[in-house]
Parts: sequence; structure tokens; C-alpha cells
Amino acid sequence: MGLGTLMADGFLTTRLDEVINWARKNSLWPMPMGISCCAIEMMATASPRFDISRFGSEVMRFTPRQCDVMIVAGTVTYKMAPVVRKIYDQMPDPKWVISMGACASSGGMFRSYSVVQGIDQFMPVDVYVAGCPPRPENLLRALLELQGQVAKQQSIGNLLRGEKIIIPESGPAERVNTLT
Amino acid sequence: MNQRILEKLNAYSADSILESSEFRGDLTVVVRKDDIVKVCRFLRDDQDLTFDLIVDLCGVDMYRPEGRFEVVYNLYSLKNKSYVRLKVRVDEDNPTVETVCFVWPGANWHERETFDMFGISFKGHPDLRRMYMPEEYEHFPLRKDYPLMGIPDAIPLPRK
Repeated sequence: MGLGTLMADGFLTTRLDEVINWARKNSLWPMPMGISCCAIEMMATASPRFDISRFGSEVMRFTPRQCDVMIVAGTVTYKMAPVVRKIYDQMPDPKWVISMGACASSGGMFRSYSVVQGIDQFMPVDVYVAGCPPRPENLLRALLELQGQVAKQQSIGNLLRGEKIIIPESGPAERVNTLT
Repeated sequence: MNQRILEKLNAYSADSILESSEFRGDLTVVVRKDDIVKVCRFLRDDQDLTFDLIVDLCGVDMYRPEGRFEVVYNLYSLKNKSYVRLKVRVDEDNPTVETVCFVWPGANWHERETFDMFGISFKGHPDLRRMYMPEEYEHFPLRKDYPLMGIPDAIPLPRK
């Protein structure tokens, strides 16, 4: 059957959100924030054996300006936290975060003065991945989970409703509705 | 070998040696604080001993009223293939030791680390900045009276 009968008249009707989210979720470009051993598993995920490109996320960019999803893979120390946050702030909207592994999610085995006990203390997280380190399959599963979340988001609706992103002189960006 | 090291040290400056002990073939010498550079220089320059490598330099918090901290110097002689361990006791109210980074340049970063973790300052050190913790940090994490989880809000996190 396929699209042949659907597009018999040369067009197809759908919701704009549907199309935009479909495009977004199938090409999530990761920002590889590899800061510990989890990064090795993240690299393995990109390798031919596990092949993250099956899900459209093979383009790991080392500049935050070109990324959609930040994969925080590793132990985040207090000294590193402002750096991670700054890179996150430099990513263009819309953006998502995967917290990969026990350390990034909760501090892991490093229950100590130097390690942040979970990156959600200073940045939003969409998907947490368990494991120390997680297997590549686990990360792929998290990516699929995130794709599911992206598919349900209101993308164009926010723009039509007049939502605007305000960047104050200090501190992170805020979403403000300009119509209300 | 250990016997020879001790004899040589005693012949050089017996006043500087406070005590010495041996455990499973490892010689440990406690040196008077003010003489540490002198003793180190002697151990390095002596034709027979030639302790030309500083393997490690670290601090210990013994958490006792007298001589609370210890600075430990692990030396190695490439020629004789032998180790010696020097210790210096440092008081809490004046935690200062003379630097040995002009004897072995390798001690530079070890001393910075010891300063960062214990707050023991090394007199004459050319660049005594913190090694791991942020520069404006006020505490010394490896001291025994420092809580394991740190002092809350001592290092600010970015705003969420």
C-alpha cells in the first residue's frame, strides 16, 4: 500500500507538529559530553557494531551550535559543572539532555565533596540512563525513549502562540509568552 | 643498604634525625622540620647514595594535638635501586615547610597538591596555587575534620 494510495491526488494532509516532530526526532544530533568511562560506551554506540546512525543520530558534533541533544556521559565535578552548563546554554533551542550512567544521574559511586550528586541540580534532564557504564543498547534505548518524547511535543504550536525565548544578561535563557 | 643510608645520614647531621624505623625492608627516617632541605640535598648529591628521583610527596593528617600533619617524601635512587622514606612533622598552628622543588623540580606539583588538600604551605615554592579545587575555595578537603560530603554551597553550582 505505502504512500501510493494516500498521495494518489498528489498531496497528503497531516498536522504541522506531526511533520516537524517527525523530522526532529529522526535526526537528533548529539553533543557528546564525554567526561568519563561512559564516553567509551558512547563511542561504541557510534561504532558499526551498535550503529547509532540507524536512529539518525550519527552526527556527533563537537560544537554545541549544531546539536539538539546533549549526552552527558560521565562524572560531573563541581569544577566541571559551569562548563557543562555553558555548553548546554550554547546549544540552540529546541534541545534535550540525556543523562548517561550512574555518575551523571546521581553522582554514582562518588559520594564525595567534589562530585555533583546528579546533573539535574543545575540543568534539565529528559532521559536518565542506568548503568555503570550503561551498555550501548541501553543508550540506544534512551535515544528511542527521547524520540518518543520529541514526537509528543508541541513544536509549531509554541511559535504560533507567541512563545519567545528571552536571554537575560546573566543566567540562562527563559521562555516567555509574549501574547499573554 | 638501609644501614649504609642511616650511617651516612648520622655522620652528616645526627641532630637532624629525630627517629628511624624499618618495616619489611623499607627505611623510614623522621627528619627535623628545619633541616629537611639540607637532608634532601645531601641524599641527592652524595656520590654513593644518589637519591635522584622523588617518587612521591604527600601529606598525612594524623589528627593529634602535637605535630598534627606529616609530610612524607618517598625517594628513589636509580643507581642503587633503593628507596628511602623521609617524614617531617608539622604543627597545626604553623603548617609551613621549606620547599624541596629546587632539589627535585618534580616536587613542584606534589607540593601544590599537598597544599590544596591539607593546607600545608611550602615556603619558597615558586607557584603555590591550588591544584584541584577552585582557586577561591577556602577549605582543605583531606583534613580529618572536613566532612566527607563537603561543606554545602562552598562551591556554587550554575543556576538551574
